[in-house]
Amino acid sequence: MITLVVTYNQMVVDEFTSDEVDRVFHALADATRRDIVGRVSQREQSISSLANHYSMSFAAVQKHVAVLERATLVTKERRGRQQIVHPNIEALNKAARLLDAYAFIWQERASRIADILADD
Amino acid sequence: MPVLGSEIDAENLTLTFVAEFSAPVERVWQVWEDPRQLERWWGPPTWPATFERFEFEVGGRADYYMTGPDGTKAHGWWRITAIDSPVRLSLEDGFADGSGNPIDENDTNSTVAVLETVATGTRMTVIATFKDLAQLERLSAMGMQEGMTAAMNQIDAILVTAA
Repeated sequence: MITLVVTYNQMVVDEFTSDEVDRVFHALADATRRDIVGRVSQREQSISSLANHYSMSFAAVQKHVAVLERATLVTKERRGRQQIVHPNIEALNKAARLLDAYAFIWQERASRIADILADD
Repeated sequence: MPVLGSEIDAENLTLTFVAEFSAPVERVWQVWEDPRQLERWWGPPTWPATFERFEFEVGGRADYYMTGPDGTKAHGWWRITAIDSPVRLSLEDGFADGSGNPIDENDTNSTVAVLETVATGTRMTVIATFKDLAQLERLSAMGMQEGMTAAMNQIDAILVTAA
């Protein structure tokens, strides 16, 4: 059994189940999808904009994005008539970093609680 | 006082924090229930908290402000959503304006504190849940200070390993 563990600054951020691992590897096993992940990591863009780079239909590109989304590698955001594709790793990065910082706030609070209790 | 650890869920924007104290549950509960004790730990020394209103009951409101080094005041409010004395407290926390009025009643993050008796005293588990990344960013910006900046490491990459 393979477990995929995503660590962030040596703190475990996410753990993928077998099914999720399958989805991630399946998602990345396709060259077009790897290319899509690469492009949106540089710059978020719409599915139409992505479709310009590949010699396939818009629907085909849309399907690739759906596979990536199911593997939680990208997220989609509707903006007007467009669907903007974002790299999910980036969102996880930022969120994880901020939650990490918040954990520090609680560490400090716990330390102050201990000080209050020690005063008894 | 060992901090047992924290776990983050970046997808659900949740932080679970666990610490243990060598004091009984009823005593640890007091640091939450007594606003004068709460004021001594809720904010850091550089941004101490003052609780002006404190209704420690389900549906109750708390009004507080944090005072910065230059005297700036940042106001906040709590709505207590559940109390199971002395083991569980649940509240919503939001920003308020200078008069203590909530800026947005729906822009709150939730905090749940659970106290359990353990061999060494009390285990406190805090679960903080944020609404979205933007909210977490606003709150973290408020919490930035020298000590915390030093503790925050620059993240270069996510390491993916097969275990």
